[in-house]
Amino acid sequence: MSTFVDIVASVGLWAAVLRIATPLIFGTLGALLCERAGVLNLGIEGIMTFGAMVGWLAVYHGADLWTGLLVAALAGAVFGLLHAALTVTLGLSQHVSGLGVTLFASSFSYYLFRLIVPLAGSPPTIVPFAPVSVPGLAGLPFVGPVLSAQTPPTYLAVLLALLLAYVVFRTPLGLAIRMTGENPHAAEAQGVNPMAVRYGAVIAGSALMAVGGAFLTLSAFNSFFPTMVQGRGWICIALVVFASWRPGRALFGALLFAFFDAFQLRLQTAVDGVPYQVFLMTPYILSILALCVMARRARVPQALMQPYRRGER
Amino acid sequence: MTETVLEIDRVSKSFGDNKANDAISMTLGRGEIVALLGENGAGKTTLMSILFGHYVPDEGRIRIAGADLPPGKPRAAIHAGIGMVHQHFSLAPNLTVLENVMTGTETLWSWRSEAGRARAKLKSLAERFGLAVDPDARLGDLSVGEQQRVEILKALYNDARILILDEPTAVLTNLEAETLFATLKQMARQGLSLIFISHKLDEVMAAADRVVVLRGGKVVAERRAAATSKAELAELMVGHRVARPVREAHARGEAVLEAAAVSVRIDGVDRLKEVSFRLHAGEVLGIIGVSGNGQAALAGLLSGTLARSAGDILLYGAAIGDLSVAGTVAAGIGRIPEDRTREGAIGEMAVWENAVLERIDEPRFSRHGLVDRKAAVAFADAIVRDFDVRGGGPLTRTRLLSGGNMQKLILGRNLAERPRILIAAQPARGLDEGAVAAVHARILDARKAGTAVLLISEDLDEVIGLADRIQAIVGGRLSPPVSADEVDARALGLMMAGAWQKEAA
Repeated sequence: MSTFVDIVASVGLWAAVLRIATPLIFGTLGALLCERAGVLNLGIEGIMTFGAMVGWLAVYHGADLWTGLLVAALAGAVFGLLHAALTVTLGLSQHVSGLGVTLFASSFSYYLFRLIVPLAGSPPTIVPFAPVSVPGLAGLPFVGPVLSAQTPPTYLAVLLALLLAYVVFRTPLGLAIRMTGENPHAAEAQGVNPMAVRYGAVIAGSALMAVGGAFLTLSAFNSFFPTMVQGRGWICIALVVFASWRPGRALFGALLFAFFDAFQLRLQTAVDGVPYQVFLMTPYILSILALCVMARRARVPQALMQPYRRGER
Repeated sequence: MTETVLEIDRVSKSFGDNKANDAISMTLGRGEIVALLGENGAGKTTLMSILFGHYVPDEGRIRIAGADLPPGKPRAAIHAGIGMVHQHFSLAPNLTVLENVMTGTETLWSWRSEAGRARAKLKSLAERFGLAVDPDARLGDLSVGEQQRVEILKALYNDARILILDEPTAVLTNLEAETLFATLKQMARQGLSLIFISHKLDEVMAAADRVVVLRGGKVVAERRAAATSKAELAELMVGHRVARPVREAHARGEAVLEAAAVSVRIDGVDRLKEVSFRLHAGEVLGIIGVSGNGQAALAGLLSGTLARSAGDILLYGAAIGDLSVAGTVAAGIGRIPEDRTREGAIGEMAVWENAVLERIDEPRFSRHGLVDRKAAVAFADAIVRDFDVRGGGPLTRTRLLSGGNMQKLILGRNLAERPRILIAAQPARGLDEGAVAAVHARILDARKAGTAVLLISEDLDEVIGLADRIQAIVGGRLSPPVSADEVDARALGLMMAGAWQKEAA
């Protein structure tokens, strides 16, 4: 029991929680934005992979780290444009299109990577984001050291969650996005162009997903390998449901999952006699349980996955 | 007359060879309520769509307060003060009332939403026109009548001076409809001008100052409501005299379906409380009541979708426990559900598929587990012919049929097999006069042929016209039966108000 308490009371655990949560926050906010406008974006796994690759590649070729994030965001936006063209303009199945984008973007990432970076014994590396300490916060007990271990993108992720919550619930644009996800016909009848709203949301959401991927290569790690997203995209899709399509809860959900993950990592070494794979499973099992509790009350956007065609009911 | 706010001047619109609007002219005065009366397909909706800028007319022009309205521009129509309340609401159930009203009313690129000011404006509008509704309620939690108020408020919020309501009572209960008409009159008194589209004579007489009758795309008559009658309007609308079929006396047979003190409990609430009735072969038993008093539970119970919590059901004299859906089909119980588009037919499937769906496992429609399409289509074709289903054949997607024709299909599917029992819930709701007469005639034919019909309805004329005996449903309880020949509308009204419960107590 004391092992548990020791782990939970350690600065290392909480520093890891924020680090692990960061890509999930970006990805979940991106997926949430798409779904609020009525478009499911299962391209997330591939878009995160591509963001990780292209962001790293930019920095490897001399760009600074922030430019790397920006390049990843732009690449994500391009894949968002593709998904939007397929699902909004052509009205194709959002599942199929999204999975297609994931397969394409994942393979294309590796192809491009291999084309540009020749096979080497040890993968080439970059110098990633360094932790920054925010004056004023760094001096706080416990919280200070936890925050001082974080890199700038982590702060950005938290601020983005708050910003998105404000935009979605407090601005006319947010209302237009929500109305489009609930009833695009009503939105249209009141002078909002649902097609434009969906394009905008999917493009912006995909850009966020790609930034989440780029965090992996530009901050959490310093090189790229094709399998590094490891299902984080799918976790984000589940977190959107867990969060009932609310950005604030998405932040909480990402932190909760990251907590499970960081905790099990430490249990692997602290507890003897249990195969480590059991601990590896636990965050996912706990996520399913949490989803069961939270998602039953969730209010799904009514027009999610429904293509909008003008004049048709 | 007062000043003219809207003038429609010889507007025509064709779709292919079909002249939907043929040189239609009409006017609307300030503070006036005009009913646009016509059967389905008379061109009412086309005309209003032109007015609202959804269609561009082939000829003619529209003037608002003397100024030409540019054709085909909904924005221009809104700007000119035209508001439209559609039959199918354009609302988002997960958003609040205020959010539904506010969408699109502000510039999108602003960091702030003027929600406070909007709430105040909404409240003052609601107060002024008697449209009480909580701005912060989730829309999906509101009743249909309240949702319609939100639709009206949406138009008023956009400063509409001319309000067009497309069949506003189609989805309302009688009580909600009366409230709506009171609201409309109040709005007219405050200087708004209203057009409402309808095919129901009662409400036209009750609410309108003036009636414009459309038939076959032309204005055939214009009357002041005070100077006309239901009979005259019916004749003008249909083009010939329509008489609803009359029930002839004939001897009823034995009891085929009985309920003895049956209760139905849904989610801990008793929707039916110890109801008893006895339905005989060759009679129509009318269950009259304001909707929401347990009709849905009664229909569900007898269609096999709901289970009893107490009491007994006797079918052909034997206690049977609960009915199941398959059981009702096997027992020869035909069902006409209240909501034809949701429970009666599957819109995306073809007419023939809907016609045979509940009998698809019968040998005549399936061979070796494969559908015998030829036989099924032939079966559907016979229904289409015998029951005069227009607007498509067996291969048409059912969604494309009008409400009246879809109802005829459902009726035909049930009556083609000569059911021993027919459970008909609001069979004529939302249909135009011609279709109502057709549906009623079929029900009376079935009665004559020995079918026992349970007619659940909130339309007094319908029940008095068709039923041999009548029971009222109030708060989940059924009154004792009365003979239709011995009651009048007033006595039925008292029954629907639950007067018999006080007598018994």
